[in-house]
Amino acid sequence: MKRIGVFVCHCGINIAETVDIEAVVKDLKDYPGVAYVQDYKYMCSDPGQNMIKEKIKSEKLDGIVIAACSPTLHENTFRMTVKTVDMNPYNCEIANIREQCSWVHKDKNEATPKAKLIIKSVVEKALLDEELEPVKVPVVRKALVLGGGIAGIQAALSIANSGHEVILVERQSSIGGRMAQLSETFPTLDCSQCILTPKMVDVAQHEKIRLMTYSELEDISGFVGNFKVRIRQKTKYIDWDKCTGCGLCIEKCPKKVPSEFDQELGKRKAVYTPFPQAVPNKPVIDHENCTYFKTGKCKLCKMVCPFDAVDFDETDKFVEEEVGAIVVATGYDVYPVLNMDEYGSGKLPDVIDGLTFERILSSSGPTGGEVRRPSDGKVPKEIVFIKCVGSRDPENHFPYCSKICCMYTTKHAMLYKHRVHDGQPYIFYMDVRAGGKGYEEFYQRAQEEDNVIFLRGKVSKVYQDDDKVVVCGIDTLSGSNIEIRADMVVLAMAIRPSKGVEELAQLLKTAIDQNGFLTEAHPKLRPVESLSAGIYLAGCAQAPKDIPDTVAQASAAASMVSNLFAQEYLLHEPIITGVDEDLCSGCGLCITVCPYDARTLNREKSIVDVNEILCEACGACAAACPSGAAQQRNFTDKQLSNMIKAILI
Amino acid sequence: MTNNRAISSRKIESEALKQLEDISGVNVYACYQCGNCSSACPAVEFMDIPPHQVIRKVQLGFIDELIESETPWICAACITCTVKCPRGVDIAKVMEGLRQIVLRRDFEHINIREIDKKLREKLPQIALIGNFRKTIL
Repeated sequence: MKRIGVFVCHCGINIAETVDIEAVVKDLKDYPGVAYVQDYKYMCSDPGQNMIKEKIKSEKLDGIVIAACSPTLHENTFRMTVKTVDMNPYNCEIANIREQCSWVHKDKNEATPKAKLIIKSVVEKALLDEELEPVKVPVVRKALVLGGGIAGIQAALSIANSGHEVILVERQSSIGGRMAQLSETFPTLDCSQCILTPKMVDVAQHEKIRLMTYSELEDISGFVGNFKVRIRQKTKYIDWDKCTGCGLCIEKCPKKVPSEFDQELGKRKAVYTPFPQAVPNKPVIDHENCTYFKTGKCKLCKMVCPFDAVDFDETDKFVEEEVGAIVVATGYDVYPVLNMDEYGSGKLPDVIDGLTFERILSSSGPTGGEVRRPSDGKVPKEIVFIKCVGSRDPENHFPYCSKICCMYTTKHAMLYKHRVHDGQPYIFYMDVRAGGKGYEEFYQRAQEEDNVIFLRGKVSKVYQDDDKVVVCGIDTLSGSNIEIRADMVVLAMAIRPSKGVEELAQLLKTAIDQNGFLTEAHPKLRPVESLSAGIYLAGCAQAPKDIPDTVAQASAAASMVSNLFAQEYLLHEPIITGVDEDLCSGCGLCITVCPYDARTLNREKSIVDVNEILCEACGACAAACPSGAAQQRNFTDKQLSNMIKAILI
Repeated sequence: MTNNRAISSRKIESEALKQLEDISGVNVYACYQCGNCSSACPAVEFMDIPPHQVIRKVQLGFIDELIESETPWICAACITCTVKCPRGVDIAKVMEGLRQIVLRRDFEHINIREIDKKLREKLPQIALIGNFRKTIL
C-alpha cells in the first residue's frame, strides 16, 4: 500500500477556530494508508512548504493530502512544491476543509467530524492516484484576426510586429470599421481618419499580414495551437489581382444607392468602395443593386475597365488555413432608432442616431462637414442630444451602460458649437460618466467654454410640429419640466454587438452573455481571453468601449497570442478521460455526449478513440459509458466509490 | 413641484441673463450642480430657493423667478459658498448681481414718504433700507 502523508493547515484561525485540529490529526493517524500526519499554522507559507518537502523525503511518502483551502487557491502551489522533491504533482491532492467546512459551520462539534470525513475521502483518492505527465501539443505560430476595425487592426499589427504571421479577415471590402466613419475623436478632437488611415496602410503593407477583406469565417475545427479554419471569400465580381483601383468603373456606373458608410445620408454606386481612403482601395459589385444582374443589360463597368478586371461569372472562393490562435474583434452595431416609439420610431427625418451625426460632422461626409439637417438641409439653430437611448433601460431595452455615449455626445455638442457659432446645443442626460484620462476636463470645457446646456433628465417624447422637432423632457436639478422646440435631435443609441456574433460564438464554441457580447474568461483577471483556449477578445465584441480601451485590449490580446506562440509546445492537463480498449464496445454513446468533439469512432478496431488535447475532462463520457471503459484519469469509478464509502461508512 | 417651462436659446441669451453676467462677471455654466454651496450656506434654511438652484435657474434663463425670490435678500454675502465652490463660481457675486438687477429696476416695497415723519427719524438707516428694498416677511 502507498504511504500517504496528511498535512492539516490551521489557516490562522480560519480553519482552527471551527475545526478541532488536534482531534483531526489524532484520528487520521490510524487511518489505513496514512503514514504520517502533521498540522501547521500556515501550510502555504515558506516554512510550511519546506516542512512538506522534508517530510516527503524523511517519511518516504508516495502521495500527500493537504487539508486546507479550496484547490483553486493553492493546488498549483503545493503541486509545484512536491515536484521539487521529485514527487509526481498529480500525487498531491487537496482536501478542502475551509470553504466546504470551517467557513460554513459555526459549531466545532459539527465541523470537526466533517473535516475528518473530507480528509479520509481524499486519502482514498490519493491511494489510487496515478503518476501523470502533461500532454505536449505543438503550436502553429500563425494567428487569425476576425474583424478589421481598430481592434482587429491593432491586434494584427501587434502580432505581426512580434514576428508571427497573421490572417486578418474583414467582411466589408475595406478595413477601418466604425472608426473610419467617425469625425473627430474625444477628448483631443483629432480627426479619426487621420489617425486611422496610416494604420490601415501599415496593415496592407505588412509582410507578415495576409489581408482578406470581403471574407467571412465559414467553419472551424481543432483546438488551441492547432485550429483549422475555412474562410469564405465573397464574390466581388472584380478580379483584384488585375484591378488597379483607378475608379473608372465607379465613375461610369449608372446605378446609385444609399451609402451604408454614410449611414444612408449619401449615395454610392452599385460598383463601389465604401469610402475614398479604403484599404484595399479596390471596388466590389453589389449584386443586389447592379443593373446588369437585375436586368441582364448594362455591363458599363466591364466596358470601361482598362484592365479587364470585371468578371460577372465569379463565384465565392474558399480558403483553408491552419492557425494557432484567434482574436475576435467583430465590433458593434448601433441599436436602430426604429425601436424608439417615443422618439418617432425613425420616421422623423431630423431625429437621427449618433453615428449618423458623425457622418454629418465628418469633413468627408455627405455634407462636407457642415451641420445641415437631413430633411431640408437647413442649419439647425437649436439642437437637442439625448443620452442613454436604449441603454440603462432594463424594462424596455438593455440594462447596461453603453459607455461611450457620454463622451461622444459631449463631443458632438462641442463640434456643433464650433461649426454653428450662434447655435444652442442641449444635452439631456441621466448621469455624466466621464471616467477617462482627460475626459472630465473635456466635459467641463463643453459646459464652461462652449455653453452646452446639460439638462438632467430623460426625454419622454419627441414629435414633429411644422418644421420643428418638439422635445418634452425634464430638468430634475431645477425641478422643471422642459420643452424645447428644436431643429434637430441626435439620439445616443445603445451599442449592440455586431450582427452575426451569436452564430460566430457558436462556431467558435465560446460563450456570449445575456446582452449578446462575447464573455471573457474572468471579468477582472482574464479580460481578453474567451472561455475557449486560444481564442481571445478585443474591442466592442466583448463590451462597449471607446478607442483607447479598444486599442489597449487589442494590444493585450495580441500579447496573449505572442505568449502562446512563445512556447515550444503547449502543455495540456493530463487529467482526461481515456478508453479501456478491452472494455469498449464501440457503442458511441460517449461520442454523442462529448461537448468538445474529442471522441471519434475507430471503425477498424470498433472502439472509440480519444483526442487527448481536445478532452477537457468534463466527465460526461465517463458517466454515459455503459461498460466502464471510459475512465477519467485519477477520477476512476473505483476512486470515486472509495471516496464515497469513506464518507458513508 | 414641477411646472412646465419652455426653454430656448432666446431665453438663455436674454437681456436679464446678460445683465447678470455683466454685473457679476461670473460664468455660471461652470457650475456642475454638486450642491456644496447650499450645503455650506449658513442661511439656507431661511431661503425659498437654495443657492445651487439659484445658479441652475440662471443657467436655464429663469431669471424672473429669481427676481421674485427672497433668497438674494436673505443672503448675507458671507461668501462661504464662493469659498466652497469646486468650480470657482463666485455665487456670492451672482447673488449680488441679482440684488442689483432688482435695485436697478427701481421698485420699492414701501413708500418712504408714507411713513410718519417722527417714526422715520427714529428708524435706523439699515432698517429703512431693509424695509425699502427687501421683501417684507
